[in-house]
Amino acid sequence: MQASESSAGNAAKLILAWGFVGIPLAWGVIETVINALKLFQ
Amino acid sequence: MSFLSKERIIAPPGYSRWLIPPAALCVHLCIGQAYAFSVFNLPMTKLLGITKSAPGDWALTELGWIFSIAIFVLGASAAVFGRWVEDGGPRRAMFTAALCWAGGFVISAIGVYIHNIWVVYFGYGFIGGLGLGIGYISPVSTLIKWFPDRPGMATGMAIMGFGGGAFIASPLSVWLMGKFTTPTHIGVPETFLVLGAIYFCFMMVGAAIVRIPAPGWKPAGYVAPAQTKKLVTDKHVYVYDALKTPQFWLIWWVLCLNVTAGIGVLGQASAMSQEMFPGRITAVAAAGFVGLMSLFNMGGRFFWASISDYIGRKNTYFVFFALGTVLYALVPTAGALGSVELFVVCFLIIISMYGGGFATVPAYLKDMFGTRYVGAIHGMLITAWSMAGIFGPVLVNYIRAYNVAHGVAKAQAYNTTMYVMAVLLVIGFICNYFVTAVHERHHMKRGEEAEALT
Repeated sequence: MQASESSAGNAAKLILAWGFVGIPLAWGVIETVINALKLFQ
Repeated sequence: MSFLSKERIIAPPGYSRWLIPPAALCVHLCIGQAYAFSVFNLPMTKLLGITKSAPGDWALTELGWIFSIAIFVLGASAAVFGRWVEDGGPRRAMFTAALCWAGGFVISAIGVYIHNIWVVYFGYGFIGGLGLGIGYISPVSTLIKWFPDRPGMATGMAIMGFGGGAFIASPLSVWLMGKFTTPTHIGVPETFLVLGAIYFCFMMVGAAIVRIPAPGWKPAGYVAPAQTKKLVTDKHVYVYDALKTPQFWLIWWVLCLNVTAGIGVLGQASAMSQEMFPGRITAVAAAGFVGLMSLFNMGGRFFWASISDYIGRKNTYFVFFALGTVLYALVPTAGALGSVELFVVCFLIIISMYGGGFATVPAYLKDMFGTRYVGAIHGMLITAWSMAGIFGPVLVNYIRAYNVAHGVAKAQAYNTTMYVMAVLLVIGFICNYFVTAVHERHHMKRGEEAEALT
């Protein structure tokens, strides 16, 4: 029981931490890709 | 400030090592803003005139020094503070980097507000540069210790963040300046203050998350190879002893030459593509090409560093130098054939290997000198980047200018530069060839190792 709680806690921390850095990075990459597509227009 | 000490950040049992890459990314995504500083250049030339430059406004040449000082201080501070970062642990380093980086923005905001360029040089260039150097090396050895099975991938992920920071900073800065600009004022100082606050909070999250593994910790199921590979040591070399080895200086040249070849074209990509293909690559398309190159610069950091875990660091650099030589030599042919596609493909691969060179080098150092002082040794090696930052653009700009002055058509003005870059990569290949295992006389003795680990 305690082990499963701890693994659920770890999973939540991982999602939060990766989301915290991943979401702004993904936004920046999408903005760049949109601009980069102009090369092929 | 005991919450910053190494003892307070030893990971408890059950702590997931996959929390360390996001902690490192919190720092690298912020300091990667440096690559996007140019978005402030034009607005800062019109701070007095508002719609156009007025007498007393700063010139672009004066503003160019802000970035140059910051990159120079990055290299110098990484070298000077490497040992301090290693001894104090990642949280103290990340906290200090956050203070310097955010402090640099605050001082620069004051400099812009009172319109004194020297205050901006001191703020962003010197104080911010300290934050860049300390922040850049702060998570490296921690990642290597958490990922003994995949050190290349782990450091590649963090250093990828440095390449990716500009993607966030560039649109964010433009948006903030738009919000703070009025008909009588350009919102640069307010943007600096907001960016400083955001970056401080973001970096502090990284400092709060980061942990170091408990002594003797190993990943579940990981068994250290019984027989070490010829070029991978399980011994440690003291930071200042590493400087006495030929291996350190050979790798210094390997990094310097790889970066020189990439950094020159990265800065000139827009102008070069338009001049080599006049009428076919417009200014808008060239901007798209630069964006695409930045994506490959970032992606290459993760891709090549991860590949190096499988094929070895030395072989990875052999690929960079051999493939890079062929691709640089192909660029003039692409120009002569009028093949935009070949030109774009050549440069995207070249720039991915430029990023890969940065990301693979910490693991290369770990293989050669062990994990104990790898962060500090990496800090010393960053001086190669500062040197390349001068060599690369100078080579590209001056050779082009010389050719144009001697009647060479603009479309062919870069051909000599491309061949010079190819030759530099051949020299890099030779330096890499001579990298062998560090002689055991440089290894720390058992007693020294135990003392160093306490």
